[in-house]
Amino acid sequence: MRPILMKGHERPLTFLKYNRDGDLLFSCAKDHTPTVWFADNGERLGTYRGHNGAVWTCDVSRDSMRLITGSADQTVKLWNVETGAQLFTFNFDSPARSVDFSVGDKLAVITTDPFMELTSAIHVKRIARDPSQQTAESALVIKGPQGRINRAIWGPLNRTIISAGEDAIVRIWDSETGKLLKESDKETGHKKTVTSLSKAVDGSHFVTGSLDKSAKLWDSRTLTLIKTYLTERPVNAVTMSPLLDHVVLGGGQDASHVTTTDHRAGKFEAKFYDKILQEEIGGVKGHFGPINALAFNPDGKSFSSGGEDGYVRLHHFDPDYFNVKI
Amino acid sequence: MAEVISMEDIRATASTLGIDVSNIDFDSIRLPPGEDFGITSDDDLHEEDPLEYDSGFGNIIVVDNLPVVPREKFEKLEGVVRKIYSQIGVIKEDGLWMPVDSDTQKTLGYCFIEYNTPQEAELAREKTNGYKLDRAHIFAVNMFDDFDRFMKVPDEWAPPETKPYTPGENLQHWLTDEKARDQFVIRAGSDTEVLWNDARHLKPEPVYKRAYWTESFVQWSPLGTYLATVHRQGAAVWGGATAFNRLMRYAHPQVKLIDFSPGEKYLVTYSSHEPSNPRDTHRVVLNVFDVRTGKVMRDFKGSMDEFSVGGAGGVSGVSWPVFRWGGGKEDKYFARIGKNVISVYETETFSLIDKKSLKVENVMDLSWSPADPILALFVPELGGGNQPARVSLVQIPSKEELRQKNLFSVSDCKMYWQSNGDYLAVKVDRYTKTKKSTYTGFELFRIKERDIPIEVLELENKNDKIIAFAWEPKGHRFAVIHGDSPRPDVSFYTMRSGSNTGRVSKLTTLKGKQANALFWSPAGRYIILAGLKGFNGQLEFYNVDELETMATAEHFMATDIEWDPTGRYVATSVTSVHEMENGFNIWSFNGKLLYRILKDHFFQFLWRPRPPSFLSPEKEEEIAKNLKKYSKKYEAEDQDVSMLLSEQDREKRKMLKDEWERWVNDWKRWHEEEKAERQRLRDGEASDEEEEYEAKEVEVEELLDVSEEVLSFDLDQE
Repeated sequence: MRPILMKGHERPLTFLKYNRDGDLLFSCAKDHTPTVWFADNGERLGTYRGHNGAVWTCDVSRDSMRLITGSADQTVKLWNVETGAQLFTFNFDSPARSVDFSVGDKLAVITTDPFMELTSAIHVKRIARDPSQQTAESALVIKGPQGRINRAIWGPLNRTIISAGEDAIVRIWDSETGKLLKESDKETGHKKTVTSLSKAVDGSHFVTGSLDKSAKLWDSRTLTLIKTYLTERPVNAVTMSPLLDHVVLGGGQDASHVTTTDHRAGKFEAKFYDKILQEEIGGVKGHFGPINALAFNPDGKSFSSGGEDGYVRLHHFDPDYFNVKI
Repeated sequence: MAEVISMEDIRATASTLGIDVSNIDFDSIRLPPGEDFGITSDDDLHEEDPLEYDSGFGNIIVVDNLPVVPREKFEKLEGVVRKIYSQIGVIKEDGLWMPVDSDTQKTLGYCFIEYNTPQEAELAREKTNGYKLDRAHIFAVNMFDDFDRFMKVPDEWAPPETKPYTPGENLQHWLTDEKARDQFVIRAGSDTEVLWNDARHLKPEPVYKRAYWTESFVQWSPLGTYLATVHRQGAAVWGGATAFNRLMRYAHPQVKLIDFSPGEKYLVTYSSHEPSNPRDTHRVVLNVFDVRTGKVMRDFKGSMDEFSVGGAGGVSGVSWPVFRWGGGKEDKYFARIGKNVISVYETETFSLIDKKSLKVENVMDLSWSPADPILALFVPELGGGNQPARVSLVQIPSKEELRQKNLFSVSDCKMYWQSNGDYLAVKVDRYTKTKKSTYTGFELFRIKERDIPIEVLELENKNDKIIAFAWEPKGHRFAVIHGDSPRPDVSFYTMRSGSNTGRVSKLTTLKGKQANALFWSPAGRYIILAGLKGFNGQLEFYNVDELETMATAEHFMATDIEWDPTGRYVATSVTSVHEMENGFNIWSFNGKLLYRILKDHFFQFLWRPRPPSFLSPEKEEEIAKNLKKYSKKYEAEDQDVSMLLSEQDREKRKMLKDEWERWVNDWKRWHEEEKAERQRLRDGEASDEEEEYEAKEVEVEELLDVSEEVLSFDLDQE
């Protein structure tokens, strides 16, 4: 499995997203330009210029027409995927940390960071079919959790919003009323900042990665803790294979310590775990900084990782991978 | 403090509340942190600082035998007394009271002095008791509280109660483990944990765990009977058949370091105290306890200077252990190095042998033979080389010099005893002629042979730096790492060579090894050449009998290596000197990684030592010879265990898979029910995964450019 090295960003990667067909890969980085690549050969298709700060996340609509990006420049932008044209800009008073389209792409959930006097918040925006009809109004604003909310996604049937962040608690909110429905248990839950959250293709479960050196698998409906994956380093990124029962964790030592230790100490590998048995299967080395982003191609035959080192590495699995038995 | 409630009362209260006491597991009751409901824990050492409480007069002393003076001289006497006592500490305002007889108007010959702290009072008592003001007036100083205490002594002697004998627990129960496993203790974060090394199951099995068990470190006694913990109030030892119960406490406020005698009969504790006057040096207190009774057998007090003379004494602090134990496992003698003297004490009376120390000018270092009462001393060069340096062996208690060797132009010496006391190797660093650099040689003493012959060993390349030296335990071989740091060489020597038993000879040299430390197996024969710290934890498992490498491995960043007492397993650990990778690995003796445990903030890993084997050397040899016969049983056991393990593993996996399957099926049902809803959300578009995924390969050919060019082709060959 020889990875394709995609060098296009000048700063650390922050997020990776495949479109539904699995032919396009969107990457966000701390440089200000989200980039789209051919998911097959890693060829760069184009960039989306307009942000004025680090871009933290993106999401792409089901029909691969629209791209939504959230940035530290306190805006969330809608783009035309094909032309790269900006369609709309939502302005906030603090950096936007995460964005996620709902089922049907009519709603988007956006989280904003605590900034100056402002606390963090979860915003729900209606996304108009026609960009000219788009308004900036929020359908719902949820406030409450302490510290940054690193990720918020839609629950089953858009009825709930699942969020997690610095306070290490995973929460489920009612997406209509904004009421808190469920909270993860302090005892069994994460002990440190939850850095990433990624849901299964069918939305039945999701996995969270945390700086407490573990990743956990939860039931999207009941918020029951199903599995825990223990690792040796802080987890910055998690993803699940849509094809096999595999979970991939990426992370590594804090970037500020990287220069003081050997590259082997940092553990910048993407680690594969058996989803059910919670056992480590293998690892993919290559990055020379912590892994910040991971994404699986929807066909389950390739995955990509983005690191603090500014590279995206695109891995197409060898046939052996599909025969791994433990 | 809550009054003590008897068990009867508890039962009575419980029955009125309708609780059956017999069903309550008292051990499971946990108080919230920081709350004790007025119940003092018996875990704390109460005997701390007896001066602090009692009647609160702990900082008052009574000075007796003062001159009796008339009124006119009162002021003068008071001035004198005040002068003497304010040198030692700060006397409280109005803290000096000299009573006057109302009839004669003369003083009564005693006075009371109150200090700010009991420590100062204690010090004043210690320093001035027996102070000669003049011939007729020798001070008798006492603590005020002592009067009270001694007054209370009953006039009639009552025989002490004899307690009926209760047999104690078998403290060596762990040695009777059926699977012949070894224990170890680890300290990580606030937890201290004792575990079995269950190498067959490739995991440790917990024995006992306790949070905040110790305040600084833990230590096994040399034969493994006790686990010692260190607290602010003193040290304690723990042990027992099933759990770790506290067996004894040794009160010693602010104890810093502890050391057991090799036969674990005695425990030496050490503390140093800030002086009240910052110009003074630290005060040092050492106590020698009897481990089993907890009695102080002897205490030593003094300034830091007195205890930090000699070779390894650094600028700050003493070189530990201060007392070196000798005379083998009987714990007969212990010795301390002082300025120009060596003090050897014997444990029968806890006093100096022959009531006097051994005078040795400028002695730098001493070390005991591990088996016999023989001391090895090192005295450096004196008078700019006029008087040579020397190493001598002294027999105790006769103090007779057995052997002496003079050495010239020596910069430093280090002594290494072989574990049976058969050999002594002295590493001698000598100056070259120019005195600009040093080179190293060895002086090898054969202690057990007649007249103790000495042999000089020099490395082939005399300029090689010696990085490490180690004797084979119970053996006749030793290993040396020498050469330059990035890739030094490792050489093995034997004290017996085939035909000629009286000569040291080299076995082999391994070139260019990434090693800086040597770890022999306690059973000999195998050695680990380790590259710790700078070498990132390179390990080479080497068989010295066959002179071949068994395995090379790496435990990245490893800081410590320890063999288990049987020589079957090795633990390598990364302690919290590094931030990452904290934890330990367990290896088999031949370098196979068995298991790996990661623990954040990992401080200590210690194997529980075993007492020496009762098997005679002949029997051991016989077993080694007929190993096949003996090992059969264990091999069968091994097989059973591995079968069981794979069986259990399979079952567990199956269970997990089934559980998951059930959950997924539940979900699928839900998902199916919601299908219509989802479709509605997507404006009627056929819902996600229900639609088949199809990959089509589309070949696109693009004609970029077509151009025609006529090439002239020359057929002329002429």
